Amino acid sequence: MSIFEAILLTVITASTPLVIAALGELVTERSGVLNLGVEGMMIMGAVAAFAGAQMSGSPYVGIVCGIASGALFSLLFAFLTLTLVANQVATGLALTLLGLGVSGMLGEAYVSVPGIRLEEIVIPLLSDIPVIGHVLFRQDLIFYLSIALVVGVSWFLFRSRSGLKLRAIGDNHGSAHALGINVIRTRYLAVMFGGACAGLAGAQLSLVYTPQWAENMSAGRGWITLALVVFASWRPWRVFAGGYLFGAVTILQLHAQAFGLGIPAQFLSMLPYAATIVVLIIISHNRRTTLINTPASLGKAFVPER
Amino acid sequence: MRIELEKRPDVSKLYAFVSPLLALVLTLAFGAIMFAMLGKDPVEALDAFFVEPLLEVWSLHELAIKAAPLILIAVGLAVCYRSNNWNIGAEGQFTIGAITGSYIPIVFYDWHSPLVLPLMLLLGALGGALFAAIPALLKAHFNTNEILTSLMLVYIAQLFLDWLIRGAWRDPKGFNFPVSRDFAPEAVLPAIWEESGRAHWAFIFAIAAAIGVWFMLRYTLKGFEIVVLGQSERAGRFAGFSSKKMIWFSFLFSGALAGLAGISEVSGSIGHLQPAISPGYGFTAIIVAFLGRLNPLGIIASGLVLALTYLGGEAAQLSLGVSDKVTRVFQGLLLFFVLSCDTLIYYKIRIVWSRLRGGAA
Repeated sequence: MSIFEAILLTVITASTPLVIAALGELVTERSGVLNLGVEGMMIMGAVAAFAGAQMSGSPYVGIVCGIASGALFSLLFAFLTLTLVANQVATGLALTLLGLGVSGMLGEAYVSVPGIRLEEIVIPLLSDIPVIGHVLFRQDLIFYLSIALVVGVSWFLFRSRSGLKLRAIGDNHGSAHALGINVIRTRYLAVMFGGACAGLAGAQLSLVYTPQWAENMSAGRGWITLALVVFASWRPWRVFAGGYLFGAVTILQLHAQAFGLGIPAQFLSMLPYAATIVVLIIISHNRRTTLINTPASLGKAFVPER
Repeated sequence: MRIELEKRPDVSKLYAFVSPLLALVLTLAFGAIMFAMLGKDPVEALDAFFVEPLLEVWSLHELAIKAAPLILIAVGLAVCYRSNNWNIGAEGQFTIGAITGSYIPIVFYDWHSPLVLPLMLLLGALGGALFAAIPALLKAHFNTNEILTSLMLVYIAQLFLDWLIRGAWRDPKGFNFPVSRDFAPEAVLPAIWEESGRAHWAFIFAIAAAIGVWFMLRYTLKGFEIVVLGQSERAGRFAGFSSKKMIWFSFLFSGALAGLAGISEVSGSIGHLQPAISPGYGFTAIIVAFLGRLNPLGIIASGLVLALTYLGGEAAQLSLGVSDKVTRVFQGLLLFFVLSCDTLIYYKIRIVWSRLRGGAA
């Protein structure tokens, strides 16, 4: 395997969780709900996936546990913000704080336990193509899922009737309600989809990226995810591109550390966070285009009148 | 079963007072269940967690030490949140305040003067304010989401501190440990009442800040401006208030208080710089601000409550053998219950058992 292939592989591994979690958040936000708890749902997914894999001996059980815990955890957020109309920003923060606490407590037994790595699935014939074959068709299940999700979410949002309803709710929940669309139920489902994706992304962290458990191992990726959705102006393919851009920054930073460029490691580690800020500035500075792209009901509570 | 909300004609004064207390009770109840699941006697565990730390004078001092940064930061955040500016990067501003404030006692180690301490505090507040100015600038001029930028800056601040302590500011006599040299005596924040415990002046700063901000919010034009702009930017503009200026004011103000908290913590409690200087005070202060209903006097009370969760966590670790992560879980739960109980202030809650009852009969 060439160096080039090796780098590509690590970029994919670093980008996959960002793409998955951002797609989930994209669907949530398209329905008009701003869930800032991605970091918390992701870390819950990571610990649940690790625990599930340890107890069953199978990383696939781990994946299921990760997805389920993310979705269940997001249900807390949905109940507070949709049923009790609590402030979405504050509740999202609460979800992150609680997730970091609970995962730390549950994960304590797994610190420095050797992890189970999710194995690669080799696709016959395609995997024999030089360079691309090795990089794209000898991957783990979660990578294939991430590609399927990009296609699936894109199709759902822009080609299906339910997707149209979901976008209508996100743009004007009052009118959608008047048309007889069940705003609250759709939003519950959208939030839970976001939670499931964040959980899957967390599972990728503890089963593929670094197959082990460490406290706070999500390291701000959940927050970068939220920036990615803004960066992508709520479009699935741009989330995909943006996720890979950020993954590449993360990996280049690691390689730069290994080469020893004379730049202190800490400054290189700042790069993904600094890149997030720079990208946000570039995307947001034109107030008009931001307004056009943002779901108009984003972050606003909906109380049906009766 | 389904839950229906009905908007109250007026905000309920009763529930505004009761809801934080209800949240506390619910958190305790859930805590008891959690301890029972961990195989501990719930009554004994809650006693060790929340009561015993209050029974000794020295631990009351520890309570004040932990409450001080929480109150200082939360009071600043309350000004932000009331004016609808979501600064959640206080942890970073705390870190930078600790660094800028430590400049004098580390770089000018041999300079002995009564001016050292006031200058340190000033530099700390200045550093925190300047660091908070970054998200403020980005929000005011580039329309950038302040939640994300202020949070990203937390990671950057922590990495910067790490670099500093492992590099230029490392104590040459520190046996290669990543710590700075210990502050000279005149650079240490004095204790309030030395005979009985360690509590230092940061607690006094915190109370003073809370009372000052309470006065500002209640009696001054600035306070009115904060509230009006927070409730409706449009209404604020008609009143001639600038939301841009408010972004600057609220971020600089809260950053300065977080920076002051940072240098006070380093100078008063730790005595040197090290890579980890905060057990998440900047994030816990968000809970403090909400539990105190964004009211500075309420924040004094809620700051003490959250400080107790830190103390209780340490105590429970020793006496019950449960993980100190329990602290974080309690804090998260508390914020959840605070937010859900707040619904009672604005809405009447009705539980409808069946959707079809009446209609189908």
